[in-house]
Order: sequence, then C-alpha cells, then structure tokens
Amino acid sequence: MHVAVYLPLLLSVVAPLGARPLAERCEPRLATWLLTASSLILGAATTVSLGLLAVAGLIRVPQLAALGHWSAHTAQHDDPTQLSVSLLAGLLLAGAAVMAARMLWRRARSLAAAAWEAACMPARDGLVVTENDAPDAFALPGLPGRIVVSTGMLHALDESEHDILLAHERAHLTAHHYAFVALAQLGAAANPLLRPLAVAVTYTIERWADENAAASTGDRRRVARTVGKAALAAHHAPALSRMAGAALGIFGIRGHRDRLASAGPVPRRVAALLAPPLRRHPVLTAATAAVLAAAALGAAEAAHDLHLLLATVGVS
Amino acid sequence: MGGQAEGRGPKRANGVREAEILALLQRTDGALTPGEVVERLGGELSYSSVVTILTRMHTKGLLGRVARGRAFAYAPVTDDAGFAARRMHTVLEDRPDRETVLARFADELSDTDAELLRQLLGPDQ
Repeated sequence: MHVAVYLPLLLSVVAPLGARPLAERCEPRLATWLLTASSLILGAATTVSLGLLAVAGLIRVPQLAALGHWSAHTAQHDDPTQLSVSLLAGLLLAGAAVMAARMLWRRARSLAAAAWEAACMPARDGLVVTENDAPDAFALPGLPGRIVVSTGMLHALDESEHDILLAHERAHLTAHHYAFVALAQLGAAANPLLRPLAVAVTYTIERWADENAAASTGDRRRVARTVGKAALAAHHAPALSRMAGAALGIFGIRGHRDRLASAGPVPRRVAALLAPPLRRHPVLTAATAAVLAAAALGAAEAAHDLHLLLATVGVS
Repeated sequence: MGGQAEGRGPKRANGVREAEILALLQRTDGALTPGEVVERLGGELSYSSVVTILTRMHTKGLLGRVARGRAFAYAPVTDDAGFAARRMHTVLEDRPDRETVLARFADELSDTDAELLRQLLGPDQ
C-alpha cells in the first residue's frame, strides 16, 4: 500500500492530456476504442484504489477492526496510510459510486425511451422524415434504431448529399456509437478527471461516421462539404457579425491550424476530411496501452498489498 | 372559437386541451363523436369548443374521422408517418442527456466556427 495504490490516481491526472492528440492524430475507429477503454479502465482502477485506501484506514478504527477480527493496533503499525487520506478516499469513493450509478440509471432510461420512440415510429428503411423547416438530422438508438431527418435538412442538401448524410447516421447506428459514448461517460462519472476522454469520444464517433460515409461514397471532399453545408444551414449567424469579421479582415491573419485548435467539432471534422486520411498511430496506441497496463497493475498490486496487510493484522 | 371556447372551466392554452383530448382518444377503443368527448371530459368544455378543437386537430393530421350519423367520430392517427413526425419534436425532450443519446449530423456552430468553416470549404460552397 505504498506507491502502487496511488498509481491509478496519478495516471488519471496525466492520461486526459493524451485525449486530444489521440482524437486528432489517430484513425478515428481505433481512437474511439482506445479512448473508451482508457476511460473505463482508469475509472475502474481509480475506484479500486479509493476503495483500498478506505479499507486500509477503516481497519485502524478498533470498533471496525473488531468486526473482521483484525487487530487495529497492528494495522496502525504496519500500514503507512494516513487516516485522513483514508477518510478522504472513502468520501471520494462514495461520491464516485453515486455519480456512476446515477449516470447509468439516467442513460439506461434515456436509451430505453429512445428505443421505445424508435419502435413506435413507422419508417421506411429506418428513415423518418419530420415536417420541420429547421435543418436537423440525428440517429435515434433502438432495436432497430431510426434516422430522423427534417424536411429543412433535406431541402438544404442535394441528392448525393442525402446519401452521405444517411451513410453517416447509419454508421452511428450499426457501430453502436451511443454505447461507446455511454461507457466513456461512465468512467468519467466515476472519476471526473477523465472527462476529457469522454468528450474526445463524442468527437471521434463523429469522425468515425464521417470516414464511413466517405468510404461508402468514395469522396472525402464531398463528405467535408456536406457536413459543412448542413452545419451552416442549421446555423443562424447574425449577418452583421459575419460582415464585420470579413470587413475587418480578422480571418485569415492567423493560419487555419491555430484557429482549428480552438474551434468547435464541426470545423475540425471538415478539416480532417480535407486533409489526407489518418492512419493508426503506433506510438499513441503503445502509450495508451502502457498507461492502461500500469493502471491495472497498480490497482492489482495494491489489492495484493491490502490482502497481505489483512493477513498480518488478522487476530485469528 | 373565441369567447365560447373559454366559456367553462379554467382558461387554458389550446395545446394543453389538444393534448388532453388526444390522451382521451388514445385511451378509448374506437372513435368518439364530439358529444362523447364532451361527456367523458365531464362537461369541462362546451360542445362547440370541442368541435373546434377536434376539427383543428383533424386539419393538423393528428386525428382521422369517419361519419357517424349526423356528426363525425374522431380517432388518433397512430399508423401514419405524419403523426410520428409530429411526435418526434418531443423525443427525449426533457431528458438531461438528450444530446449525447441522439447523434446529430452537424452540431451547433459558433459565429467564428461558421466563418472558419466557410473559409475551409472555399468559394465553391
């Protein structure tokens, strides 16, 4: 219970720094898997660490130690864990458990509601068109799911762009992207430090679906244009600010690269589609695997230490 | 419409009354005439306002109707895509995680994002 138990906690501080590079530089499907696994494994490992720290402290309280026939006295000698650290760990653990349970409950109910809506919706080939002038399109998870497109969105795009839109939304449903998002968010609910990983997953599933649409239509540029066109159609920018920006020549002074770093997901998706396709990034993949292995080993080692401690302090 | 619609009961928005009547029709097997609707609502609305609301809902495509005697009998249109389409506006509406459950094709843009996008796509867009 010396260093190992703190390793998952330390890694969950460091790992989120890798979320953005992974999302931007690695092929999106692999990136989604790596980010989701990272969030889940680090979330689980930190929860285990908090639990071990809490137990190690609690057995030093004589009344609690008596319950397990342990010697609180020996525990106070043999275990380096401070009681204050244990108490803090116990509180964080309780918080993590409550947040994770709440998130799971909410998401399960939302997904069930979505599946119910989808099942109630008469659709041809899983497509539902809503009469609405506001351009909108989304995938509704279910068994099977539905693709919902407003008439406003259909009018904003031409025929071949409709195919791209449908290919993108179909990719979300067939690859179960909502499950990746939910699992990544579960890890982040247990450990809020991991939130950047969950945010990155909501981006990489869009990139994954974009690349699927590009593969099925064979034209990445066209997908980029369709995504941009749909987003601009849905955007009601006040004409004044647009004019002012152009008139002042604010745009184009700095390179696209700098401005993309702070931009929202849509421009980054479009830029990624206009750039050459990304490959699997062996260095980032190996780094992620190393971090996850270290976190898992740290948690396992700490659990083993606690086991030894309990054996030492056992009275019977 | 007008004064008579607000004649009895508390003044309520049309949407609320429509929803109330729609719920009643969905609970009922088969179609109901305006008279039957008035009866089942317990005299909350006058006959003429019920006729007005039913006619409006029929025009919107929410209800189908068949002639029964001298009146029409109304029933919800459940097997019609148009009905599902209207319902869609409320999909997961009050769920806190709505945005993460529904995968949108294009997220909302800020003004700077929109400008950047126009530049990325060039003049042909």
